[in-house]
Amino acid sequence: MSELLQFLFSGLTVGAVYALVALGFTLIYNASGVVNFAQGEFVMIGGMTTVFLFDAGAPLWLACAGAIVVAMAVGYLLNKLAIEPARGASIVTLIIITIGASIFLRGVAQVVFGKSIHRYPAFSGEAPFVIGGATILPQSLWVLFGGAAIFVGLWLFLTRSITGKAVLATANNRLAASLVGVNTNAMMTLSFALSAAIGALAGVLATPITLTSFDVGVALALKGFAAAMLGGMGSPVGALIGGLLLGLIEALTAGYISSEYKDAAAFIVILVVLFVMPSGLFGRAATERV
Amino acid sequence: MRLKTTLTAAAAIAALTAASPALAEIRIGSSLSVTGPASFLGDPELKTLEMLVDQINAEGGINGEEVRLIHYDDAGDANRARTFATRLVEDDEVVAVIGGSTTGTTMAMVPVYQDEEIPFISLAGAVVIIDPVKEYVFKTPHTDRMACEKIFADIQARGLSKVGMISGQGGFGKSMREQCLDVVGEYGIEVVADETYGPDDADMTVQLTRIRNTEGVEAVVVAGFGQGPAIVTRNYAQLGIDLPMYQSHGVASDAFIELAGEAADGVRLPGTALLIADILPEGDPQREVVQAYKAAYEERYGQEPSTFAGYAYDAFQLLVKAIEEAGSTDPNAIRDALEATSGHVGVTGEFNMSPEDHMGLDLSAFRMLEIRDGEWVLVE
Amino acid sequence: MKPSTKLLALAVLAILIALAPLVFPSSFYYRIGALIFVNGLAVTGLVILFGYAGQISLGHAGFAGIGAYATALSPGLLGVHPGIGLVLGAILSGLVAFLIGRPILRLKGHYLAVATLGFGILVFITLNNESQLTGGPDGMPVEDLGLRDLSRALGLGLSTSEVWYWFMGIVLLVGAWLAMNLFQSPTGRALRALHDSETAARTHGVDVARYKLVAFVISAVYASLAGSLQALLNRFVTPDVAGFLHSVEWVVMTVLGGAGSVIGAIFGAAILTALPQALTVFQEYEHLILGAIMMLVMIFLREGLFPSVARLVGRSA
Repeated sequence: MSELLQFLFSGLTVGAVYALVALGFTLIYNASGVVNFAQGEFVMIGGMTTVFLFDAGAPLWLACAGAIVVAMAVGYLLNKLAIEPARGASIVTLIIITIGASIFLRGVAQVVFGKSIHRYPAFSGEAPFVIGGATILPQSLWVLFGGAAIFVGLWLFLTRSITGKAVLATANNRLAASLVGVNTNAMMTLSFALSAAIGALAGVLATPITLTSFDVGVALALKGFAAAMLGGMGSPVGALIGGLLLGLIEALTAGYISSEYKDAAAFIVILVVLFVMPSGLFGRAATERV
Repeated sequence: MRLKTTLTAAAAIAALTAASPALAEIRIGSSLSVTGPASFLGDPELKTLEMLVDQINAEGGINGEEVRLIHYDDAGDANRARTFATRLVEDDEVVAVIGGSTTGTTMAMVPVYQDEEIPFISLAGAVVIIDPVKEYVFKTPHTDRMACEKIFADIQARGLSKVGMISGQGGFGKSMREQCLDVVGEYGIEVVADETYGPDDADMTVQLTRIRNTEGVEAVVVAGFGQGPAIVTRNYAQLGIDLPMYQSHGVASDAFIELAGEAADGVRLPGTALLIADILPEGDPQREVVQAYKAAYEERYGQEPSTFAGYAYDAFQLLVKAIEEAGSTDPNAIRDALEATSGHVGVTGEFNMSPEDHMGLDLSAFRMLEIRDGEWVLVE
Repeated sequence: MKPSTKLLALAVLAILIALAPLVFPSSFYYRIGALIFVNGLAVTGLVILFGYAGQISLGHAGFAGIGAYATALSPGLLGVHPGIGLVLGAILSGLVAFLIGRPILRLKGHYLAVATLGFGILVFITLNNESQLTGGPDGMPVEDLGLRDLSRALGLGLSTSEVWYWFMGIVLLVGAWLAMNLFQSPTGRALRALHDSETAARTHGVDVARYKLVAFVISAVYASLAGSLQALLNRFVTPDVAGFLHSVEWVVMTVLGGAGSVIGAIFGAAILTALPQALTVFQEYEHLILGAIMMLVMIFLREGLFPSVARLVGRSA
């Protein structure tokens, strides 16, 4: 029993990070139809910038805040300089632009931050909580509750605020939204900045557990993208469930079957789900425009 | 035409970089994994080579000739490494090559140097590189097998006989795991749990829980490098496992203690003299070499050199010595001199090469170290 | 593409392959040439999938992995010549593509991307983990195809790099010729129809699922052959051949060059194979520059380099 609980804790911690990355994918996809493969780089920027500000002597909270601001600025620039000028390009073209952006950002990080692995202290110490014979680190709770808070906040923002509704309207139909007076360009910019902030926050919260280096983004983007597709592209709930599910599948496979094939198990589940539900668990069925 | 223009342009750019050979210049090539999953190895290796080349040129070069390092980053990709090997030999016309941070990149390059008869000193761990012996291929790191032997000897001395293993899924972890499984029986030890983790995994509590719950397990051996072993060590403390933990030479650097924090206390690993440079006893043959190298590296880069950096140091010094002994830059003469190396004290150990042994290290090069209060301590 | 355009394109390609060695400063460039042709073969397959049929794949390196390891393993396991291994690999890849193609190709856009990506990763994980058979991440040696011996027997006396350059050049020409023929065939017309609009194609009686599958299987065979040939060229193979980054690399080559035509994609393969060699001058800025180039090209030349350059040349002429 305590064994299962330990596996669940592990899966949820890792899954929460996947979910946040997937949420970032979803937000940008909704506003612009772009799948942003540089999403993992936001996580890296979050963690690495915190490391550097902290090492430079800033208090930890200030370093974290600074990292999120830096990531938002990068997200803003990414949209302004690379996505907006390419509006209307095909899916594959846009994918390659964002892959180019991720290689570029990694290249910059390698030059600015160097190639070492880093971490900074956990927010509330290292002494684990013991629950039902299993242990969980305080930092894991930060990741879990931080993730939950972001999700609730985002949901309230999208459904309750005028600006949030404008983002949703842009996602549903850009032309219609602009006809009723929504500044769709501003909404896209907002989505990129928000998505960058979410990614950076994931990095900020998780780094004391996962450690960080200039190249952690690739694997996270891959898992986050897979989680978003598993949940159904464009659905925030789907991103959340997809991410947690992916983390749990990996942990349970490693726990009960084989740690060597846990990543394989995750992708097999994704393939099977997509074969049965071609739009993911919570996605709208894709229709082709004639 | 466009394709040709591109090719011409590419050729022109590449030709520019190759530059015209200076009058008296010894060209040494290297292809290391400075970026990519093995950058943990390649980055300090390259830093060491660049430092040593500057040092030796400041002192007047080898036999009065300036040394030039021509380096490429293969990013850990065997296909790229193979291309760079061809480029080093055919385009840059180097007299010898240092490199191959990983076993995969090394083995991909070996046929090129064998065919073109260029001496090649690899910085990768696996036994296959030098066994069977290849005429032009040498290596400076200990083999994974030796690390396993050192660890199991220590476990045996403690009177323990059942261990759990957790290894990385990358080349280093997998190769060491296989060597350990192969040699473990000789020490009367049994591997009762055998887990792995992926290169990007962020949490290993699941695997460690499985090991902990395995009947009779008395010690844990971790094979890997990079952030993985640090996370394993932290998770170990989180789960409150109090069995002795052994890490590999893959994490033998102060960065590991920094990343793993207090959880690293009590961890043992087979390391080289480099790690305990400051506490090496007076009269230890390696003391002087190790301390000089460490001081120079720290002064230039503001960080301590890792064990991997030490492999590059030894490779370069062996090569310099061989060129001096040979008194020429003819690749075959260098090769013969390398093979005749004897009693060369490096930072990794004492090298005694022979036609049957192109590594020349024995088990004495490894020292069993333990981390106590964040410091390395020699285990007697 | 009119038959004359096809012949012209092939003739230009052949002339370039034949004349390029005249400007090679050293025999190293024969290797770069051979690598360009290997990648060119793979992207030719991707043009059939992306450019003709409009389907995306982020996992074609998985087929390269199947091809490469079939070639590496079959001499030891079956006692056959590695050349037979190459053929077996291609058959196996085609079969696998046929089996997984139907369910996978029902997916659209990004879902198709993630499913193919998953397939590629599964192949990679298997090759990486089954080290008893594959040597794991450290890779395994590949037997000699015997091209150099053949050239000696024919009295040509070429070096290994040279032999491979000419051999791969011919293989690429054949591959490109077959792909262009496909484009003009009824199958090609059906593929283009479903590229433009699946619904429209379906209403015109095109068996959409079948033609997508045909394109998928053909492109898988091209990728498999490219994987086998790369393994034979290097005489060594690691699981990276099936890696996600390798898949992405091929997609980028195809799209950057111009996914609409075989020549465009081969042009992309040439640039992206040669570029990293040129960028070694910039050392640690290499990735930064590569990323910037990818972004700039795709932002300003959306259809890819080749169509844009071709138009520019056409206008000035």
